[in-house]
Amino acid sequence: MLQAVTEVRVEASDVVRQAHLAAFRCMLRARLLDEKLAALYRAGKIYGGVFLGRGQEALSAATGLSLAKGDIFAPLIRDTAGRLAFGEPVIDAVRTYFGSALGPMRGRDGNVHRGNPRAGLLPMISHLGAMVSVVNGMLLARRMKKITGSVGATCLGDGATSTGAFHEALNQAAVEKLPLVLVLANNQYAYSTPTSRQFACDDLADKAAGYGVAAHAADGTDLTSCLRALREAVDRARAGGGPQLVVAQLLRLCGHGEHDDASYIDARLKKSPLGRDCLKVARETLLRQKWADASQFDEWRREAVHEIETAIAQAQREPAPDPFAEKWTALSTEHLIEGHA
Amino acid sequence: MSLTYLEAIREAQAHALRDDPRVFIYGQDVGAFGGAFKATKNLAKEFPGRVLDAPISEDAIMGLAVGAAIEGLRPIIEMQFADFSTVGFNQIVNQAATLFWRTNVPCPITVRLPFGGTSGAGPFHSQTPEAIYAHYPGIIVLTPATVEDAYSMLLEAVAIDDPVIFCEHKLLYRHLKAEKLPTEALPVGKARIAREGRDLTIVAYSAMVQDALEAAKELAAEGWEIEVVDLRSVKPLDTDTVVASVARTGRLLAVGEAWPWGGVTAEVVARVMSEGFGLLDAPPQRLNAKDTPVPFHPNLWAAHRPTVRAIAAAARDILRQ
Repeated sequence: MLQAVTEVRVEASDVVRQAHLAAFRCMLRARLLDEKLAALYRAGKIYGGVFLGRGQEALSAATGLSLAKGDIFAPLIRDTAGRLAFGEPVIDAVRTYFGSALGPMRGRDGNVHRGNPRAGLLPMISHLGAMVSVVNGMLLARRMKKITGSVGATCLGDGATSTGAFHEALNQAAVEKLPLVLVLANNQYAYSTPTSRQFACDDLADKAAGYGVAAHAADGTDLTSCLRALREAVDRARAGGGPQLVVAQLLRLCGHGEHDDASYIDARLKKSPLGRDCLKVARETLLRQKWADASQFDEWRREAVHEIETAIAQAQREPAPDPFAEKWTALSTEHLIEGHA
Repeated sequence: MSLTYLEAIREAQAHALRDDPRVFIYGQDVGAFGGAFKATKNLAKEFPGRVLDAPISEDAIMGLAVGAAIEGLRPIIEMQFADFSTVGFNQIVNQAATLFWRTNVPCPITVRLPFGGTSGAGPFHSQTPEAIYAHYPGIIVLTPATVEDAYSMLLEAVAIDDPVIFCEHKLLYRHLKAEKLPTEALPVGKARIAREGRDLTIVAYSAMVQDALEAAKELAAEGWEIEVVDLRSVKPLDTDTVVASVARTGRLLAVGEAWPWGGVTAEVVARVMSEGFGLLDAPPQRLNAKDTPVPFHPNLWAAHRPTVRAIAAAARDILRQ
């Protein structure tokens, strides 16, 4: 674990610089959006739960950014940064949290469950591991339709690796040699359960060999490391190298959700290199490389705050879903809808 | 030339594969082997790359089907036995069944479930889980009782833009025969009057329709005219046809091979009670399997599920009132 947090030397090519700048801006926008949503949650303005990506923005942003237009992304609950990097508009997030009838889920599902399948952004169900095989299905379908070059990425935590769905789907992807990139954020706790009660192998990356898939390690607190691991994994998947497992070590810097005070998190972990805030580390990298200065950071922050506040002001004025106008059926086949309420 | 229920299912899949390039089949042993029951015999050879063997992973099989449906394909999934679909339950009821409602993206998947008891099959190769799937919104549940329906309803299932649980009764696979495939059929959602009568309505579905028809023949010898309604589809349930039949007969027996708590027969009785209470001349009754796992030994198995004799006896009880 300590090896993973060793600082990776930064390659100062322009591609690398651009990737860092784009990722940092997504991380910053995600952090600010998450913080705003947490504040609104505490003020009682949000229906349902709020789950933050604090401490996971580098990994998430690197995942979203490494994908190309037309790729598939199935985010999990801590992927505000990855969603923004993949191209999800801020207004989609805000509308979903406010339950706006104009949001992508139209009040039928909320918050982290938003998505747009036709745009390749899958709306997660709550059952961990369940989205992996759905990504497999999209990738297999594209192969059948002779659409080449697509990659599908999905994010899970340490806890999800204990599910049967994870096992079945990773094995399935390996059998079909699908261009799947499975990103594991080992954030040390699944809700309150520490990794010692979750798995018994030394490193989650060890699991890859058992499935016959390639493994990539990343320091989740370090944007440079995350960008490098994701670039490598996505490129290999796209080149026909089959499924890739990316395992990042980091620490969740918040509760499981905003209802959770995270009192169970070991203070020693918080002080360890794992407890570093990836946003601060990334900022230091950008300063050290002279890719951005303080005034640039301030400008990005102002832009992000404006974008978020504008979206919130808009969503707050929008209509809520109307139970009398709601079409109370789960079927798309009109003539098979039963007349019984 | 005659054709079995199982061959009709194979023919319907061949037809669907031939007519629609979006259709593919995915399931355990469905490829070169042709399926545990041979429902996909030779299809892998006829349609290369479109009939795929899956690992023993019902959850991932169903998840993959949802992903393929999102991409516009129309997967047919074969669960080797209906009993094993419980391993894929989460993907069926939480992923496939909620997708359209949540996202407006249709989820056209046909899940073929070889279901129902056969002698000696035991607790884990005999189950009839139609009611648990029907309970969830967003799913169509079909239970064909004839060779013709097995063919035409499977073709219609593949064309439906929602997830369909297609329950094929294993007892009917080889026993039931027809002279030819149908060229026209009742649509999904319509029940069928399998036998006309005026003294009692027996509502049944899947293999129990055949047993109900046998019981009706037995009762005819005693002078009773029994009407048998074949539900064909348990969701949607054609309440109108059932209530219209009860309006003619005044008496109702709902027969199912599934367990007695809740389920299709309870739903039928509840609907007749609320929509046709005044039509009834006697309390409606239900006949189901016993409330235990499905037993292995033929003696126990035969007593566990409704038989022709048990159906006739239950009918006589109602007719005497």
